[in-house]
Amino acid sequence: MLNLVANNSMVPEHDAVPGRITAGPSGRKPRRKLSRRNIIVYGTLIVVALYYLLPLYVMIATSLKGMPEIRVGNIFAPPLEITFEPWVKAWAEACTGLNCDGLSRGFWNSVRITVPSVIISIAVASVNGYALANWRFKGAELFFTILVVGAFIPYQVMIYPIVIVLREMGVYGTLTGLVIVHTIFGMPILTLLFRNYFAGLPEELFKAARVDGAGFWTIYFKIMLPMSLPIFVVAMILQVTGIWNDFLFGVVFTRPEYYPMTVQLNNIVNSVQGVKEYNVNMAATILTGAVPLVVYFVSGRLFVRGIAAGAVKG
Amino acid sequence: MTSVSVRDLSLNFGAVTVLDRLNLDIDHGEFLVLLGSSGCGKSTLLNCIAGLLDVSDGQIFIKDRNVTWEEPKDRGIGMVFQSYALYPQMSVEKNLSFGLQVAKIPQAEIDKRVKRASEILQIQPLLKRKPSELSGGQRQRVAIGRALVRDVDVFLFDEPLSNLDAKLRSELRVEIKRLHQSLKNTMIYVTHDQIEALTLADRIAVMKSGVIQQLADPMTIYNAPENLFVAGFIGSPSMNFFRGEVEAKDSRSFVRVNDVAFDVTSYPARTRLHPGQKVVLGLRPEHVKVDEATESHEVHPATVDIEEPMGADNLLWLTLAGQSMSVRIAGQRRYPPGSTVRLSFDMAVASIFDAASENRL
Repeated sequence: MLNLVANNSMVPEHDAVPGRITAGPSGRKPRRKLSRRNIIVYGTLIVVALYYLLPLYVMIATSLKGMPEIRVGNIFAPPLEITFEPWVKAWAEACTGLNCDGLSRGFWNSVRITVPSVIISIAVASVNGYALANWRFKGAELFFTILVVGAFIPYQVMIYPIVIVLREMGVYGTLTGLVIVHTIFGMPILTLLFRNYFAGLPEELFKAARVDGAGFWTIYFKIMLPMSLPIFVVAMILQVTGIWNDFLFGVVFTRPEYYPMTVQLNNIVNSVQGVKEYNVNMAATILTGAVPLVVYFVSGRLFVRGIAAGAVKG
Repeated sequence: MTSVSVRDLSLNFGAVTVLDRLNLDIDHGEFLVLLGSSGCGKSTLLNCIAGLLDVSDGQIFIKDRNVTWEEPKDRGIGMVFQSYALYPQMSVEKNLSFGLQVAKIPQAEIDKRVKRASEILQIQPLLKRKPSELSGGQRQRVAIGRALVRDVDVFLFDEPLSNLDAKLRSELRVEIKRLHQSLKNTMIYVTHDQIEALTLADRIAVMKSGVIQQLADPMTIYNAPENLFVAGFIGSPSMNFFRGEVEAKDSRSFVRVNDVAFDVTSYPARTRLHPGQKVVLGLRPEHVKVDEATESHEVHPATVDIEEPMGADNLLWLTLAGQSMSVRIAGQRRYPPGSTVRLSFDMAVASIFDAASENRL
């Protein structure tokens, strides 16, 4: 009896027109803009974004102020009189030691270090990774293990031996020596990166190319390279930012006239004599950080695609 | 004249033996199918023939030339892969001509061969497209074309149809057969699909754990499987097996399974069945007669448990001698569950295996 009643209540009040939906919702699902979920998600995002953007704001604002304005002490206040004097000074006039030609010298040193280091390390590592992934030569596993272990050894341990090696090779204190060091230290992580990417490409593609008669280099250049743009972009970003931001190797393996931008920045900011020119320091810091920043902005989209490399299909 | 010949081939991956002293001779123009479930070594064998895996021991001959240590490109083979393996950044035309360009063949000759292959496979309208713009069937056609332009004696197919949906698969299957009939090349075809094997092959090699269980033409494989594995592997639904004991009575021989005695006097045994021998009787679902008047064969009653109408035919699941068995009958003959049927068996097409050795008797 109870069942019957329950069943009855399920029957629609009026007869539905055949072929037309009457009961229940239809159309687009309504969404509330100010739902609790949205408030939490966007609230968190805004707080985190502010946390990271605030220092940047302070830097930019300070770098555009004159010294009298800075001495007032309100670091969050926007500049009243905008001046680009600190920027010019940071780039062309700031003194480090005896030289007073600003960061420009360090900038060009960094370019001359970064460009060859990035190109050479990526070229070598991609071939390494390709050989490890596709041509399982004898001892490949051992080689790979050693390389991965190499990625975990702290740099400090190796500095003195490398100084000796470079001295014996006669390149200690030169840009060539520093490029060699950067190339070697980029090898473990880059090889790992490329190996994993190439191992993720269908193996049958490699087999098909071999049946077609392509050799080691033909397969690398004609088949593998054109499929690997995203991972090359990832490697490039890693290397450019890593090498550009390097301080330790730059200060250890070069002479003062070859100091990269980071070392020079440190020398400018941490100089003890005279007045602390905060505006110049801020401008110098932004200038030094500009290159990695630009690289991120330009290739960010490709970077994401490369990280999500599994999604790239032929 | 043998086209491909494999002698005492062994392959080890570390301590694991995948192939152990395998021998296989394939005639010129023959379509040989390597059939087996995954991990049986069929693809490994194909890769060895292609030269993509280094063998541990043994020799491989193609056209009476020892190619054991030659590069894949020098073996006179073309290969088609399961995942098509088309070069994604190249157009179809480039895909077809890549191997020829690597081999530094004159452009005029390349154009001629690409044209011929694309005509045979009807892919001329697709030549300018990228592989990503093709459907699965078209991609596999291009992959076959890539083997075709190489102008080789031996075609190797590694599960070429496994990535396609059922309809395309049957279409391309017919096309591959047509291709073989017109080209008359030697083809070695790896599959786990028995329908592909039965329909395409001149001979099938059924493999299990690196060993060829039986090498014969499809009808022999189907009707006279060499052992219990082949019998169970081929056929869908698979063969019904009854474990029992041989009995002799009045110069007739029987296989007794629980309360049922199957009269196997007419079975063409290779060796005499002797009483007391433990055997496995194999009966294909389509070889069982249901409610048909027979003169000499004895009749067994059974009850229908489940009926599976499949359109063209109708599959009945029955209980006989205390175990479940399947019977295939014509589609229009219907038996609702619970109905009683009278079964009779044609022992001339049955299979009997020794229970211990599992080999055909």
